[in-house]
Amino acid sequence: MLEKLTLYMTFPYVRYALIVGTLIALCSSLLGVILVLKRFSYIGDGLSHVAFGALAIATVLNFTNRMIIILPITILTAILILKNGNNSKVKGDAVIAMLSVGALAFGYLLMNLFPASGNVSGDVCSTLFGSTSLLTLTSSEVWVSGILSILVVVAFIFLYNRIFAVTFDEDFARAVGTKVSVYNLLIATITAVIIVLAMNLVGSLLISALIIFPALSAMSILKSFKAVTIFSAIISVTCALIGFLVSILQGTPVGSTIVAVDAIMFIICYIVGKIKG
Amino acid sequence: MAILTAKNLAVGYEKQPVLKDINFKIESGDYFCIVGENGSGKTTLMKTILGLLPPVEGSIEVGQGLMKNQIGYLPQQSDVQRDFPATVYEIVLSGCQNSLKGFFYSKAQKKMALENIERMGISHLKNKCYRQLSGGQQQRVLLARALCATTKVLLLDEPVAGLDPNVTKEMYELIGQLNSQGLTVIMISHDLENVKKYATAIFDVNKLDVIKTSDEIQSSKEVGAC
Repeated sequence: MLEKLTLYMTFPYVRYALIVGTLIALCSSLLGVILVLKRFSYIGDGLSHVAFGALAIATVLNFTNRMIIILPITILTAILILKNGNNSKVKGDAVIAMLSVGALAFGYLLMNLFPASGNVSGDVCSTLFGSTSLLTLTSSEVWVSGILSILVVVAFIFLYNRIFAVTFDEDFARAVGTKVSVYNLLIATITAVIIVLAMNLVGSLLISALIIFPALSAMSILKSFKAVTIFSAIISVTCALIGFLVSILQGTPVGSTIVAVDAIMFIICYIVGKIKG
Repeated sequence: MAILTAKNLAVGYEKQPVLKDINFKIESGDYFCIVGENGSGKTTLMKTILGLLPPVEGSIEVGQGLMKNQIGYLPQQSDVQRDFPATVYEIVLSGCQNSLKGFFYSKAQKKMALENIERMGISHLKNKCYRQLSGGQQQRVLLARALCATTKVLLLDEPVAGLDPNVTKEMYELIGQLNSQGLTVIMISHDLENVKKYATAIFDVNKLDVIKTSDEIQSSKEVGAC
């Protein structure tokens, strides 16, 4: 077993995947705490489908660096959804549902109309479930993902107090002069960035899991915001590592293995939380 | 000059006034109550005072060196807060956000948070989780947070909603105490009976008229003398 692991670690793309995977797991868990508490758990799902649609456009247009298209489209959608919030004719959750299925359908349609390779369903499947894409990252993509995730973590640490204030009570924050809309915009942007990054790790269908499971696990056993945030990050990174190792050793798809580990962890935490009371 | 003045104010959403021709002055040290039935526009008025909504017409002026962001606000609780994983201390400390310079809270701000927790008599709950507290305790936490944001004016939106009669009484006494320590209190309520005892002025949104309670007591005495 150990031999198999050491053998795999000698391949640079496995090491890349491990580094990027851990960083993405870290970022998404931090963000997850905010999104779950803000009642935006579903935004990850919606945005990931939009990112999938954007990816289809980028593939059809034959862009070498597909991030150039995917990132701006996803960020823009995130801002629109969060800005829309509660005060529009179409409610927030309906907007997300609409964008989500719409983008998914158009993306699939585009990929079928202008197939980039002979195996369309294979392509679609790997974008949705991220089966192998993590192992095909180039070193420049690793750098971009790495830098973006570190930026997210740093931003989170420095803005922690304000993020807490805005998440706990938007009205109070606004009343005492905190620039709530700026922070909401920032949260939307970070969400979009993380979703685009996480698409490489678990594929666009499973991103929500990466965002909400660790946060929910931590919330079911802990009582302070700080502890929840830190523990959620630890759970997420641990689960990503375990999932990664299992998938190497057992040859299972990376994305769904990680999510499965996250789900098991949630069940354990939930039971522990119930027992502790 | 009054600490807060509303002049020909109309409040509402998207240019549609819910209430108009509002005129009142709140002096420093007042216990000013805004009363009216549910749906009469009390909360809209309060949001306009706080600057969360722009006035549809007219103006709200602040005086005596008060800044708009120095009004401590006790909102009605939302669903988000009811199951929020945060300790009492974390929440009270977040009241210091209007004086937050840079990224992290200073020692002085942390000390202030602890002092306000003590002032509200909830020191023993400092590290408890907010969602496990009773309604009355949660209100004290939010009041302590509001005190971190202000030393001058407190704005309370239905502070006793959903509390049982005993806790309601305690809450009113606590607010009365703060008022006698020099804080200006502006309170929204539909509980006219109780607020009469404490308020120095009552503004009825249905009549759009300010009643000075001291005057009223005076006049009723005079009637009694006849």
